[in-house]
Amino acid sequence: MRIRGLILITLAVLSAGCSSIEPWVKPYDRENLADPIMAFTRAPISQDFLDHVFESREGSRGATGGGGGGCGCN
Amino acid sequence: MSARTLKGFVKGLALAAVFVLPAFAASSSGPAPAFQLAGRNGKAIDLSQFKGQVVMINFWATWCKPCRDEMPLLEDIYKKYKPMGFTLVGVNVEPDAKDAEAWLGKLAKPVSFPIAFDTDSKVSKMYKVAVMPSTVFVDRKGNIRVMHKGYKAGDENAYLTQIRSMLKE
Amino acid sequence: MKAHFTRLVLFVITCLAGAAGLVGTATAGVLPEDRADLLYFRYDGGGVEITGPSVLVRKSIGEHFSVAANYYIDMVSSASIDVETTASPYEDERTQGSLSLDFLHGKSTYSVGAVKSDESDYLADTWFANISHDMFGDLTTISFGFKNGQNEVFRNVNIDGVKVNDPNFAEEMESKSYNVSVSQIITKNLVMTGQYEVITDEGFLRSPYRQVRFFIDPFTQDTQSEVYPNTRSSNSASVRAKYFLPYRAAVDAMYRFYTDTWGVIGHTGELGYVHPLANHWIFEGRVRYYAQTNPADFYQDIFPRADYANFMARDKELATYDAVTAGISATYEFKIDRFPWLAKGALNLRYDYMQVNYDDFRDARFSLGIYGVPPDDPLQPGTEPLYKLNANIIQLYISAFF
Repeated sequence: MRIRGLILITLAVLSAGCSSIEPWVKPYDRENLADPIMAFTRAPISQDFLDHVFESREGSRGATGGGGGGCGCN
Repeated sequence: MSARTLKGFVKGLALAAVFVLPAFAASSSGPAPAFQLAGRNGKAIDLSQFKGQVVMINFWATWCKPCRDEMPLLEDIYKKYKPMGFTLVGVNVEPDAKDAEAWLGKLAKPVSFPIAFDTDSKVSKMYKVAVMPSTVFVDRKGNIRVMHKGYKAGDENAYLTQIRSMLKE
Repeated sequence: MKAHFTRLVLFVITCLAGAAGLVGTATAGVLPEDRADLLYFRYDGGGVEITGPSVLVRKSIGEHFSVAANYYIDMVSSASIDVETTASPYEDERTQGSLSLDFLHGKSTYSVGAVKSDESDYLADTWFANISHDMFGDLTTISFGFKNGQNEVFRNVNIDGVKVNDPNFAEEMESKSYNVSVSQIITKNLVMTGQYEVITDEGFLRSPYRQVRFFIDPFTQDTQSEVYPNTRSSNSASVRAKYFLPYRAAVDAMYRFYTDTWGVIGHTGELGYVHPLANHWIFEGRVRYYAQTNPADFYQDIFPRADYANFMARDKELATYDAVTAGISATYEFKIDRFPWLAKGALNLRYDYMQVNYDDFRDARFSLGIYGVPPDDPLQPGTEPLYKLNANIIQLYISAFF
């Protein structure tokens, strides 16, 4: 319940902020971020295998999936 | 669906509206900002030299895939409409012109329209480029009419429609 | 907790769907690139050898859809310490197939998929769904995912020299996972991602084979089946960052904190460095440190007596230990003029070395012996040396980009 309120406030702040804060990294400055070496996972087939190796021998699991910054191209 | 979940949907939609407003806030109209940039082979490119023509300014980069995909189509559009008082200016937004020159040199279908190098992103900022690629249509009087954001297959038809209507003026 | 979370997820999904629908028409996001990968791997350590191929193909259909399929085989040859002390060596094969579909609409990507895993004593069926949305000038990506797994557990026995499923044993377990992640571009050289995942398991959660040991008297031990709770709920949170170095290289770091209702606490840290060289080569080095600082509440290497507690485990996976894994990889990228449809090809070789040191799991081969044959000078139970495990992991894979 408290978590829901927290997320609500965060989203409200984020969205209100969206209209007054300009994205500070412009799409034409995204060259380095778009470089293939900047991907968190360059080869999903290899990363999936290693994640499986670790998960099947450790007690920890979760929170390993990828996210990404995008290349700024649209 | 419970009453609480329904309330959630409504709150969500209301919040979504707040996300929408910024997108419509940035409109493009008014005189196209003047600029002077270095071009290929040392030739300088000045926007004022194209006054009286319909100008299509395309902001691109070699690291942007839709930009690369779009290039041969832009070349076709340029060749077809150039005799009617149209020109295309490709503004490259990379800090090092060498990368763009190298890529242009390797193209199977070379680009013949003017390319300008906005190495310090001054022009991109002036035109409020928010998406890569961005294409700005400037009429014969030098005013911005439309800013097209992004590129996906089929967008060239929208370009042609815009160009033809502006050429008739 | 679960009902509240579901409502919360629905609420935020509506925000994103609404925002996506209204803003989406102006611009388009990007689907993952088309590719095909073929991997050969070999894991060798702690008496276990696992080899196999894995194939992955991803293809976009039109401007909005991307499909991916993966087929993977584990060929297992196991004489692990658990097997050596309480069972006999075995070989098995696990096949896994998965299919996923991504749908791109405006700045949102919706994904669904399914995974099916099959081995002689375990069947697993998982489906998953994910929503991802780019916002704030594409500086922020927020994702929500849900996964549901239904698994069937069997037990192999030897009947007339043939390995078959025990007809009197069939159990089930179900796993549900909810995850949230936010990816944020911080500067033009730095991107960070935060992720939080809740996993709940319910049903038969132990191995049908593993035994715990207990003292009969200070010099004699015996074994009995493990007993586990039938629920397990875990929370994990991770942060990772990747930074672009001016001479064209990248460094990344990751930390993950894990805790669950069994009492396990784990810390994972990882550092990596990627260095491209001379147009065709990319080298990468990685170090990973895992510390399981708290074991499961009901874990013990040896229990004081039989039926000591309601729950008893001797799975070293639930013990107290730390593990270091160091890896290096080399990639060679190429183009073939005769195949213009091949945008890029890459040949990759990766080697990892893993070392695990257990703080409360002892090498019971010194007292129980191997495959039921006691050692010549058995040690007093509970005084065996602490177990250590070393493993070599090799991966050779070729990737094609279209």
